[in-house]
Amino acid sequence: MQELWVWVGALLTLSILSFLYKDNVFYKFAEHLFVGVSAAYWMVIGIWGTLFPNLIAKIYPEAVRFVLPSLADREADLTFIFPALMGLLLLLRLSSRVGWISRWPLAFIVGTTAGLNLVRYLRSDFIGQVQNTMIPLLVFDGGRLDLLHTMSSIVLFGGVFTGLIYFFFSKEHRGVFGAASKVGIWVLMITFGAGFGYTVMARISLLVGRMQFLLGDWLGLINR
Amino acid sequence: MAMFDRVKNIDRRIIFLCIVLSVIVPLLLDITFTEKASPIVKNIFDKIESLPSGSRVLLSLDYGPSTVPEIQPMVNALVRHLNEKNHKVYFMCLWATGQNLTTITVDSVQAREFPEKVYGVDYVNLGYKAGNEGLINVLLTDMKKMYTTDVHGTYIDDLEIMRPVRNLTGFDLIVGLGGGTPGIKEWILFAGDPGRIPVAGGSTAVQAPLLYPYWPNQLLGLMGGIKGAAEYESELITYYPKYKLKSKPGIKMMGPQAVAHIVIMLFIIIGNITFFAQRAREGKAKGK
Amino acid sequence: MKRQIPLIITAIVGAVLIVSVFIPHDPFGRLGENFSVYFDIIAVFAFILGGGNLIRVHGNRIYKRAQDWPFSIVTVAGFLVTLVAGAFKIGNPNGIKGDVAAPGSLFTMIYDNIFTPLQATMFSILAFFVASAAYRAFRAKNREATILLVTAFIILLGRTPVGHYVTFWLPPALEFFHVPVLANWIMSIPNLAGQRAIMIGISLGVISMSLRMILGIERGYMGEGSK
Repeated sequence: MQELWVWVGALLTLSILSFLYKDNVFYKFAEHLFVGVSAAYWMVIGIWGTLFPNLIAKIYPEAVRFVLPSLADREADLTFIFPALMGLLLLLRLSSRVGWISRWPLAFIVGTTAGLNLVRYLRSDFIGQVQNTMIPLLVFDGGRLDLLHTMSSIVLFGGVFTGLIYFFFSKEHRGVFGAASKVGIWVLMITFGAGFGYTVMARISLLVGRMQFLLGDWLGLINR
Repeated sequence: MAMFDRVKNIDRRIIFLCIVLSVIVPLLLDITFTEKASPIVKNIFDKIESLPSGSRVLLSLDYGPSTVPEIQPMVNALVRHLNEKNHKVYFMCLWATGQNLTTITVDSVQAREFPEKVYGVDYVNLGYKAGNEGLINVLLTDMKKMYTTDVHGTYIDDLEIMRPVRNLTGFDLIVGLGGGTPGIKEWILFAGDPGRIPVAGGSTAVQAPLLYPYWPNQLLGLMGGIKGAAEYESELITYYPKYKLKSKPGIKMMGPQAVAHIVIMLFIIIGNITFFAQRAREGKAKGK
Repeated sequence: MKRQIPLIITAIVGAVLIVSVFIPHDPFGRLGENFSVYFDIIAVFAFILGGGNLIRVHGNRIYKRAQDWPFSIVTVAGFLVTLVAGAFKIGNPNGIKGDVAAPGSLFTMIYDNIFTPLQATMFSILAFFVASAAYRAFRAKNREATILLVTAFIILLGRTPVGHYVTFWLPPALEFFHVPVLANWIMSIPNLAGQRAIMIGISLGVISMSLRMILGIERGYMGEGSK
């Protein structure tokens, strides 16, 4: 039985890979199957992982006795009717007539995300990053100037500074400002080059993983 | 110049064939190399080594099948290391697709390789909860508001391992493993910084460069992609030689990785040669 | 009412969550925590909405015999089989009470042998397109592109064992130019600098956008008729 499932996996893998030659009916089949299975997967995990223990068990614990007996004797918390109501209003989005009411739970979601993100990004991505950039530019090791670490600190500080200058579009990039902006572009090009290198590494890793499955689990040509 | 034009306009399927061969051939020949941990990876290893025995470590498996080749080797190496140091391991996930992978990891590595460890005492699988960063925000103040049971439906306070833990500040280390959103960034922003909890990460290679700004003050270490996984595996083998004979998926993947990188570099060089040759040709034609 | 109430909801919820960071005591602390819990629960309904929308779209295609409608049957069938397998925990060793992702269950079989190969392969074919795109488009046309190209090459070499063999012969005084060392330095210093500059810029954007949403200036999330 397990071998049959491995064949199913292998054939689906080859169906997706066949797209590299050209679009075909096998690829379309696999693609559509993926969409359906994926949507159902997220629903099932969400329902069993969150909806039953964190909503239904809170509002009416007795209702979960047959699936989560450990929660059936807990006290009910009727304040959870509010998220239940909001969730049901969200589902009304499927209706063109009363779909407008789904804006209320959407507004709740947007408000929560905005409220959480504003403080966290301000603290970690703005203040935290500025603080991390304020490093000593001259680094000494046992009384002597450590050239490598000094150079690194200067490049780090200068790189952040000139990179930010490049993104400042309210002033024309001319003169000293323009020169600093140019250096900023070079730093960003190094950043993008590093990003490209890592992206290639990531994509090749995924391909290696798939080939290991085909050559190892399916054809038995290699040991995993 | 017919050869030149053929190279310039090469059918992309030939490129695809070269790429697949550059991966298949090293796999069949089982080419492997030795690895050495870089400072950013070694920081994680040293942290886990230095934690007192019995420390509480939260592993958040925030990835799906698409990134298993990069992340799973790191997860396996981490689980082995944590168990060697007798730390308490708490498994959870922020991604729905992580739930199955967490169960697979717990069954195939945690339970199988460390049968002396007791579920509910030495490790626990909390599973997935929806909410992304909203979930982390709740866990920071009160974990049991969201995690009322583990994946098996056992009431949370009935598990010995969960009794001393009220919220995320009760953990000595949080390790986020994944390559998307929510992931390591959210753990830093919503748990590490506000709760002053040490956070380490294992990410896909695509995301790794984006996380470097957090190192080392907000992110104590990072395993970036399969290279990071291979480095951690090699460090584990150095300190615990018994793992030398075990499967080393990260280290094994570096062989085809190296060959594929060289092939891509060659393609880029050939592409640039044809580009400059064409530019020179056009320049000559204009000159005439 | 269609426009005003959502704006009020966003403003109140956003404001409470911001205030709860600075005043973690009752009622703001408790409200902030509760709002986060409710957010987590409403998120699950979004998954259900996604599933419902899928059935509606593909059901329509089948009904109207639209282009490629037979494939819509595949989508709907895959959806329903997975949903039933997971919702009723068919084949689970512990029946309806156990972990939905328990080994041996039909749901886990579908995950391991259908979902995993499909998703993993879809992402793995990107390797081919990266190679093809790099061949066709990656040109050292100017100074900036050359810097990008050289950096990419150092990283591609340095993050594999090959980088070690290229420059292992360098004397200790020139260890900095050893490819793996250079690759690590590039990631830890100039890459970090560039990423930090980008991160600071993005954070300012996120902060201003969040503020605009809470104050009701940004209303795009409400869709049609939001103006």
